[in-house]
Amino acid sequence: MDRRRFMQCMAWAGTGLVWAARGGVLSATTLDTAMAAGADFTFAQISDTHVGFGGDANRDAAGTLRESIDALNALDTRPAFVLHTGDLSHGQKAGAFDTLAESLKAVKTEKIFYIPGEHDVALDQGKEYLARYGADTYEGRGYRSFDYRGVHFVGLVNVLAYKPGVGGALGDEQLAWIRRDLEAQSASTPIVVFSHVPLWAVYPSWGWTTADGEQVITMLRRFGSVTVLNGHIHQVLQKVDGNVTFHSARSTAFPQPAPGAAPNPGPLKVEAGQLRQLLGVREVRYTEGSRALAVVERPLA
Amino acid sequence: MIRSLKTVTLVATLAFATLGEAAPPRVQIKEFKFVPAQLSVPVGTTVTWTNGDDEAHTVTAMDRAYTSTAMEHAESFAHRFNAPGTYTYFCALHPHMTATVVVR
Repeated sequence: MDRRRFMQCMAWAGTGLVWAARGGVLSATTLDTAMAAGADFTFAQISDTHVGFGGDANRDAAGTLRESIDALNALDTRPAFVLHTGDLSHGQKAGAFDTLAESLKAVKTEKIFYIPGEHDVALDQGKEYLARYGADTYEGRGYRSFDYRGVHFVGLVNVLAYKPGVGGALGDEQLAWIRRDLEAQSASTPIVVFSHVPLWAVYPSWGWTTADGEQVITMLRRFGSVTVLNGHIHQVLQKVDGNVTFHSARSTAFPQPAPGAAPNPGPLKVEAGQLRQLLGVREVRYTEGSRALAVVERPLA
Repeated sequence: MIRSLKTVTLVATLAFATLGEAAPPRVQIKEFKFVPAQLSVPVGTTVTWTNGDDEAHTVTAMDRAYTSTAMEHAESFAHRFNAPGTYTYFCALHPHMTATVVVR
């Protein structure tokens, strides 16, 4: 797919816009309208904290992580829980998981659910990560599902079968588990899937894809409301495919170029004044009955 | 004396030929690529990789027999190849980055 075709397939988000699916129809509304609609509960997403990052693209990633935590704590509604969609650390630097755990103690929420990014597992194939975060996951493998007030959440691991020359992958065992898990849900149950690498083919030549992700997307088609959240590409990006809506999140550490907009996906250096517009967290609001999941971006500036 | 000179010349020529044939045992990581993508070295050579990108990269054997840590800009990693063969490696953080070392 060339860049022009790619752009045609994408719905790009603007700051302050909310994409809300109502009755299966996606519409952009302003922030105020969505807020006024009320919600049964909200949760938040933080992603790609990359603790240990020290590159030129952000000389103070620890500082922007603190600002991101402040942004979560400044939300009008306290999030029921927070999803961390991976790359907790920057290449498993010594002590990074400890540093993150210490920082995230400041987040005002009941629980934080984690899934790994490739930076958390690439060096030791998940040993350190799973020892620390695998406890309440399926057989300690890092993936899990849970229900919260009528919504079914599924957290996937697509970085442990990371394939040389391909990108993210789930692997057959996890696919079989996902199939069993989703078969037990009724088609009217709202589903939220979260993973690190996008499940959909954002930009395969940069590894921004999950080789076997399409199999999961196929399993999700029978549901009336599906929201898929991911990190990895350090930018807000959306795609709508029938009842399935995909949302890529910002990082708290450094931005990356738009797909194909640079020779490679390395950290994007921007002017100091622009950096905080490209970093941040997000809030997701759920209202029962409306099938609405409103994703509200919360950039740092 | 003449014989000795000839010997020196021969040794020098052989050394030069060897050097000319084999690239220096260094691989640069640049723009998300291993350069050169294929390196040919004699048995017992220690190959050194240096990260020229701002992004972290690893040098990881396809069979995970060895791996660097996540190397930041200007950091290096060295590995000695003790047996002949074709060794494919990749960056565990960016698995589309692959390359090989051929050990003669």
